[in-house]
Amino acid sequence: MWPVDRLRRQDGTPSDRPLVLAGRIGSRRVVTAVDALAAGVGLRPGMPVSKAQALVPDLRIAPANVAEDLASLERLAFWILQRIAPIVAVDPPDGIVIDATGAAHLHGGEDPMLEALTGRLALSGVTARAAVAGTWGAAHALARFGGDLENMPPEALRLPAATVAGLRDMGFGRIGDLLAQPRAPLTRRFGPELIRRIDQMFGDVPEPIDALRPADLIETRRAFAEPIAAPETIARYIAKLVAALCAQLEAQGLGARRLDLICHRTDREMQTVRVGLAVAQRDPARLTRLLCDKIPTIAPGFGIEIMTLAAPITEPLAARQTSTLAPEAPDLSGLIDILANRVGAQAIYRFAPVDSDVPERSSRRISALAEDSGAGWPHHWPRPSRLLPRPEPIDTMALLPDQPPVWIAWRGVRRRIARADGPERIFGEWWTREAERIAVRDYFRVEDDAGERLWIFRAGDGEDAATGSHRWFLHGIFG
Amino acid sequence: MSAPRSDPALVALRQRIAAIEGDHGPPSAVLPFGLAELDRRLPKGGLALGCLHEVAGGGNGATDGAAAACFAAGITARLPGQVLWCVTQADLFAPGLEQAGLPPGRVIHVEAGDDTAVLACMEEGLRHGSLAAVVADVARLSMTASRRLHLAAKTAGTTGIALRRWRRQADASDFGQPTAAMTRWRVSVLPSSPLPVPGLGRARWLVELLRARAGESFDLELEACDGTGHLGLPADVAGGPAAAAGRHAFG
Repeated sequence: MWPVDRLRRQDGTPSDRPLVLAGRIGSRRVVTAVDALAAGVGLRPGMPVSKAQALVPDLRIAPANVAEDLASLERLAFWILQRIAPIVAVDPPDGIVIDATGAAHLHGGEDPMLEALTGRLALSGVTARAAVAGTWGAAHALARFGGDLENMPPEALRLPAATVAGLRDMGFGRIGDLLAQPRAPLTRRFGPELIRRIDQMFGDVPEPIDALRPADLIETRRAFAEPIAAPETIARYIAKLVAALCAQLEAQGLGARRLDLICHRTDREMQTVRVGLAVAQRDPARLTRLLCDKIPTIAPGFGIEIMTLAAPITEPLAARQTSTLAPEAPDLSGLIDILANRVGAQAIYRFAPVDSDVPERSSRRISALAEDSGAGWPHHWPRPSRLLPRPEPIDTMALLPDQPPVWIAWRGVRRRIARADGPERIFGEWWTREAERIAVRDYFRVEDDAGERLWIFRAGDGEDAATGSHRWFLHGIFG
Repeated sequence: MSAPRSDPALVALRQRIAAIEGDHGPPSAVLPFGLAELDRRLPKGGLALGCLHEVAGGGNGATDGAAAACFAAGITARLPGQVLWCVTQADLFAPGLEQAGLPPGRVIHVEAGDDTAVLACMEEGLRHGSLAAVVADVARLSMTASRRLHLAAKTAGTTGIALRRWRRQADASDFGQPTAAMTRWRVSVLPSSPLPVPGLGRARWLVELLRARAGESFDLELEACDGTGHLGLPADVAGGPAAAAGRHAFG
């Protein structure tokens, strides 16, 4: 799908008619890629163009451009390198392989990461399938074929078409069939490539990813004569790498927004550390501190022989004039960075008011370094200091339509209501949601005998069943 | 407010004790509550700044921490600058905090996974030094952890408030364990101030100072924080309605 998606993105070709790309194999003109519409009417890659035209009269045909596809794929891989993980490589013709080690936790785990990635690609018009697996070969196969590795067809093995055709001729329809065969005859017939691919898929042979390094990437590298492993040594070399990187950044007037530290181990494994910064920085002390916080996550194994430090996302950072006369607001970006690399950037936030009367929607999370607008909430009614994550149903006895309950039972404890204030009628967002056009909640502030003040509401106005279920809920606790 | 006793021998003794405790540097400033009844019972006439304090709720407040959150918000509201609030479960309601005096533009919330992460974030916040205060909802706070936080607060001069909040009521007995914190407070809800008409008056708390270094413990019935973070003295305790008049009551 990639060549078609790329063409659509770059040319803005409308998607009302089936689109196929045509290329040449020898002297034949064949279809090399089809879009979803064309696939729906039965066109397949590899079909002669004349046959496709005969099948679909109003077919749109564009020439295939393999070089441009690859260049675009590399740009997409760089975009992923900036946002998702430090080690990314192009897997031509239509794949991108990502080493998510040490990067998945920044996105809340492997599945949320894949979801976010495919979601963002889909938003920009690229259809993508993603899978996570222990090896490149397995992930490649899972993303394209899905299901159980042993039940996959031999096409999943990344072999030349001739080998796959030969395997099919021999009657091998599943990878599982190949595994059951003695290896020597297979190698004699198909060459060493087949066994190598199988071993790579199951992780018996390592397959390092040749990471994409764009030409203008700001990067420093240090190779060690003796492998290093002690945390103090790693910290010392991190400081040296950061100093070199900051000198490069300063020469170009840039500040780093993201840093990738890649440690190449003697056993050809790679350990990666990625830190993000809230604002562009090139202060060596601060960057070193952020990276050194992550040393416990580096497993040095038998030793690290090469360390590289790169800044995949940079922003212009000019020297700034400060004043000793006017006191400046304290700079919290350093603290935010340290905390963000500890608990994740999405876990640090401020609240900002939203124009909604519904309590759980009345605030939204904004970036911790966002400008303070000074806005607050209306002060007409008291609000609790703790709001339950979701309203909890309670048992009550109350006179309809507008009397507070006489008693309530919450989490199995029955409380007699001594005093109450209300009702405060809150309407749903009738201007955005059809279901909330007439829904209302009547909120009461109640106090029990012991003085505990609770925020409870009844769904509905007490008279009309269409306005709510008339069940009671507890929503918050006052101090 | 002047020190209650200024006997030179006692002053010298206090200095020696402070040296043994490792409290170096000049005596830190205090934040008065603005209530003579409360301030005169506190050492140096207010809440010591640049120290660790512990606050917990009484009764059901030990698990919901609602009154304790208002109490902490009221203290931090009266300090200038940004406040870092670390939690494990994100159930703080920003409009409620604003009504206790702490507007949303002044609070940075941090949602950490567990108690250890919360304590680590709190320590980072305290060490950073340019925050007004750091508040953290924690359940367990060992002596080592509290001493560490107290030292971090002392070094950078940032006030720390450990808001003790337990998952179960029974765990609240943990509050009796020794601590390095400067003060230890318990805030329990009381029936609100009576009104001549049906409805809820200003919220009232039983504020107990369970432990204070170089101070005595006491308990006091007070009115909850108003929109500027100030506590109030109930009219029937102060002896006249004038004390409560003119204050807009919240919470």
